[in-house]
Amino acid sequence: MEFVTAIVSSAYQFGDAFAFLVLSACGLAVIFGMMGVINLAHGEFIMCGAYMTVFAVNWGLPLPLAIVCGSLFAGLVGMVIERLVVRRLYSRPLDSILATWGVSLIASQGTLILFGPTMRGVGTPLGSFTVGALSFSYYRLVLMATALAVLALLYLVFTKTRFGVLARATIQAPHMANALGVDTGRIYAYTFGIGAALAGLTGGIYAPTMTMIPTMGTTFIMEAFVTVVVGGADVFLGTAPAAALLAVVKASLTSWQGQLAGQIGLLLAVIVVIRLLPKGITGFILKDRA
Amino acid sequence: MIVSRFLKRLEGPQTMGKGPLFWTAFAVVLAAALAYPLFADGYDVGNNIYFLNWTFMALGLSLIWGYGGSLSFGQTAFFGVAGYSYGILTINFGTAYGFGLVSVVIAIAIAALFAAILGYFLFFGRISGIFLGIVTLSVTLALERFMAQTAGPEWKVGAARLNGFNGMSGMPALTLPWFGGEISLYPDIGLYYLVLGLLVVVYLGLRILVNSRFGNVLVALRENPQRAEMLGYDIRKYQLATFVIGAALAGLSGVLYTSWGQYITPSSMGITSAALPIIWVAVGGRSDLTATLIGTLVVLSVFQALTIYGSQYALVVMGLLLVGTVLLAPRGLIANAGLLVGTLFSRRNGSK
Repeated sequence: MEFVTAIVSSAYQFGDAFAFLVLSACGLAVIFGMMGVINLAHGEFIMCGAYMTVFAVNWGLPLPLAIVCGSLFAGLVGMVIERLVVRRLYSRPLDSILATWGVSLIASQGTLILFGPTMRGVGTPLGSFTVGALSFSYYRLVLMATALAVLALLYLVFTKTRFGVLARATIQAPHMANALGVDTGRIYAYTFGIGAALAGLTGGIYAPTMTMIPTMGTTFIMEAFVTVVVGGADVFLGTAPAAALLAVVKASLTSWQGQLAGQIGLLLAVIVVIRLLPKGITGFILKDRA
Repeated sequence: MIVSRFLKRLEGPQTMGKGPLFWTAFAVVLAAALAYPLFADGYDVGNNIYFLNWTFMALGLSLIWGYGGSLSFGQTAFFGVAGYSYGILTINFGTAYGFGLVSVVIAIAIAALFAAILGYFLFFGRISGIFLGIVTLSVTLALERFMAQTAGPEWKVGAARLNGFNGMSGMPALTLPWFGGEISLYPDIGLYYLVLGLLVVVYLGLRILVNSRFGNVLVALRENPQRAEMLGYDIRKYQLATFVIGAALAGLSGVLYTSWGQYITPSSMGITSAALPIIWVAVGGRSDLTATLIGTLVVLSVFQALTIYGSQYALVVMGLLLVGTVLLAPRGLIANAGLLVGTLFSRRNGSK
């Protein structure tokens, strides 16, 4: 029985870390894979989705609908920011880092001014179950399922829909796609919107488990950066395996020495991985084809 | 003869200001800065050292980013490492027998060593561009989180408690060995002259560095890394050397700040603090030392003036400033103004 408990506990911790890494990183990875832009306001889109979710719950919407609300709202905000700022900087990726950082400062400090240093959140729903002597939260299982669902959905969108075909064409050869009549500007705008909406979804779904503060986005960004750097440019070939690999590191170190050790372990892992595989896991997998 | 040869090395293709006019302006500004304490209260002078403390970190960032082309968010990490090191060393060993000065040197060396190790993995792993920015930012954030959780009594180095989020305090002020004793430099006129002197030395030294062969290679690899490499330069070594020099300057800022306020907190390495040097340097004009220096002092003063209304408003303005600069004047506001002045004067000379 103790053995079963240990297995379940390890699997649970791995799944939890995996879900956190996938959900933190997927929005960032979609935008990076498409446009080569690292969106430093990613954390603020997460915060935006979380705040909107809490507002929607306070207006009386049930939690799942509220999360959808938060996600859509973050997506809209993302498209507005793409239109106003990021669009002008596609030829200057380093400058887009700076500009999105400026946006992130404005957003987090603006939220602080508007809504104060903290806001009442919503409680974690669904209760818990026990295996042996340990108790586990059902909501964490929902998070794991969501992470897998998001990956599956992204796969379907990018392989089975017309938008997905156009988007992949734009990634591979933007000028060629443009010459063949693809409105690449619009593809970029939608992709940025999808990335922001995924960030909003992450914020919304983690909102019940966190304290609502304007800087809550920073909780996610380090993990998101690390996963995207280790993964490389492709969401399926990079982000998902990177999240799985890093989840092992994070879960084992966290259960051994606490949360901080997990984070430092992630950081050391990323420094070693980029020394060995500069293009991330994506580059490693695609090596033969390049 | 020696003087004119020295002056010649200060000028070159990599710095904007040149000629008698620029150096006259430089002398006037320096004279004003030297005369300032004669007309002001010692307390105010001591407070205003705050502005000078940050300029070293900004000049280091200008070297790494503006001249070398590597966008690093790690300056505040090196700032913090040196600041904490100075605190730990002086609290444990005191400042007697010139150890105050020794601990300054050791603290900066620790920051530089940290940069050398991190930089080795980054540059020799051929990390550049966006990834360099992300990894340096992640390191900075991880350091902040690490220091923030050191609140418990078990987190101490010798006699120095790290104190978690509240930060470390009570380290001695900057202490110099002197004939028959030592002098402690509290925020007052003496410290002002010391920091100002350091700034002049660092500024002129960096001018010589960027106009030397080293600086030319640095700019070449910024403009086109592949071409620089094809011409036979090992760009990784140049990038690493620049990164370490920049980090040492950030460390100097950290030590000066910590000894000036006798205080350092983990939030000096947080995401907001990491954004500020980038903003000063970007707004000033990253690829020129003079523009960076002026920009840093101007933006810092604006920031301080705005903080009266609340630091969150000041930070919103800083964010707008960064977005506006990137979109409208990517070379930097001060650098653009400098170019404008330059063309005005050259046009007037040309028409003569």
